[in-house]
Amino acid sequence: MLNMSDIMETITMIREENLDIRTITMGISLIDCADADIDRSCEKVYRKIYSHAKDLVRTGEVIEKKYGIPIVNKRISVTPVSLLAGVSGGDPVKYARTLDRVAHDVGVDFLGGYSALVQKGFSAGDRELIDSIPQALAETELVCSSVNIGSTKAGINMDAVSLMGEKVREAAELTKDRQCIGDAKLVIFCNAVEDNPFMAGAFHGITEADTVVSVGVSGPGVVRSVLSKMPKDAPLNEVAETIKRTAFKITRVGQLVGTEAAEMLGVRFGIIDLSLAPTPAVGDSVAHILEEIGLEQCGAHGTTAALAMLNDAVKKGGLMASSSVGGLSGAFIPVTEDAGMIAAARAGTLSIEKLEAMTAVCSVGLDMIVIPGDTPADVISAIIADEAAIGMVNSKTTAVRVIPAIGLAEGEELDFGGLLGSGPVMKVRSQSPSVMIRRGGRIPAPMQSLKN
Amino acid sequence: MNETQKAVVTVIGRDMVGILARVSTAAAEGNANVMEVTQSVLDGYFCMIMIIDITEATRSIEELQDSIRTAVPDMQVHVMHENIFNSMHRI
Repeated sequence: MLNMSDIMETITMIREENLDIRTITMGISLIDCADADIDRSCEKVYRKIYSHAKDLVRTGEVIEKKYGIPIVNKRISVTPVSLLAGVSGGDPVKYARTLDRVAHDVGVDFLGGYSALVQKGFSAGDRELIDSIPQALAETELVCSSVNIGSTKAGINMDAVSLMGEKVREAAELTKDRQCIGDAKLVIFCNAVEDNPFMAGAFHGITEADTVVSVGVSGPGVVRSVLSKMPKDAPLNEVAETIKRTAFKITRVGQLVGTEAAEMLGVRFGIIDLSLAPTPAVGDSVAHILEEIGLEQCGAHGTTAALAMLNDAVKKGGLMASSSVGGLSGAFIPVTEDAGMIAAARAGTLSIEKLEAMTAVCSVGLDMIVIPGDTPADVISAIIADEAAIGMVNSKTTAVRVIPAIGLAEGEELDFGGLLGSGPVMKVRSQSPSVMIRRGGRIPAPMQSLKN
Repeated sequence: MNETQKAVVTVIGRDMVGILARVSTAAAEGNANVMEVTQSVLDGYFCMIMIIDITEATRSIEELQDSIRTAVPDMQVHVMHENIFNSMHRI
């Protein structure tokens, strides 16, 4: 039987510690929508997404009420659109408009998959799609875009890296009147995963089933809260054990919600992504967990070690709780979305270099970092290349989502509002990497032995 | 085959006369059968957990929660399907 303390623990987690289901994401394959005529292709895309996802939002709300747990977002991920653009030709922005329209019509919060996978090279549709990203993101509201430019098996496509530096700048320029919001919806990946339910990097991989429902659970507040009840002299292995146990409980809720949602919608259950995803709300911060472990402020020496332990313990707890753990699963460190990170960046404790080191041990990468508006495209490309190199060598996913704040300089602040938060413009090195970036070509795939 | 569906009602707040009566009346109005009640009062602070059978209930969990909230307006009331507790605390 259930006992009182278990029941109270669950209720406290949800009511006071911000435990929530961050997202129910429906992955929909668009392969069967490809048509040589782009308008016909768009029409098929609209019809397929609408017919599969029309009940998604309502289903989410029913589950929310049944279990009394908030489901913050309902989202859709689709097959990388470059594949459709490759078949149909024409202006890929038409797809973006179609996706935005259907996303509004079914009532989801975001739709991801305006994507291209070019880790080894460009095929038909890839370059056209990448060229259209800034315009697509400026014209649409709910569409998210991602580009995979490297992998452990293929190396890093430096032509794509160079191109993406320019696209990030263009996307910021085109949306400069709206807090450069275009770049908050654009992620550049190395080793992108195909079943990630989190935005902006979600897309529905080509090896996935036709339609699946995946769930992203979150709960940095819950982890911070259990750690705050531990004595300050508890050894780190005990801290890790406690994190593991908490991650287990959080994941079980995700498993319940995911299975039920899939059943109600009549589709397969995909995966649970148990990432600790912060929000700007007080008490929902990953940085505060690190500080609870014993750092004066996130960004201090020791941050990388604490984060490595946290990330690993979260995965271990989650794996025990569900046999369908996938996606990114770990701890996210998006700067503008995390109250503790924002404070650390403002205080100057947290620098881009430290964040880069942190990304070597956690999911995902340099995320939601505001950089000076006059940062040249070459420098952005070099940031992408550095981050991709960490992912490539360590066989992990890394990503870059930086926002050049047009018109703002170091120290000023950019405020998106809502879940995207706000943050200070962070210092970027001004020395030029342009000769290296303009070389283009490919960084060969790394050795998998002699690892030192 | 109809499995028993249970929901967990929790009521927390300042102790006063008639809380249990009002909550169980609200449950009864929705045709939910009370199966188990645990309650404690500590320093004038009332905490009750009630397990109700909602297999035959005429109201949804959300409606039950609303009617109980109306019955005891000063208390914090949550009604949740028991599965969430089972999955979190049982392997």
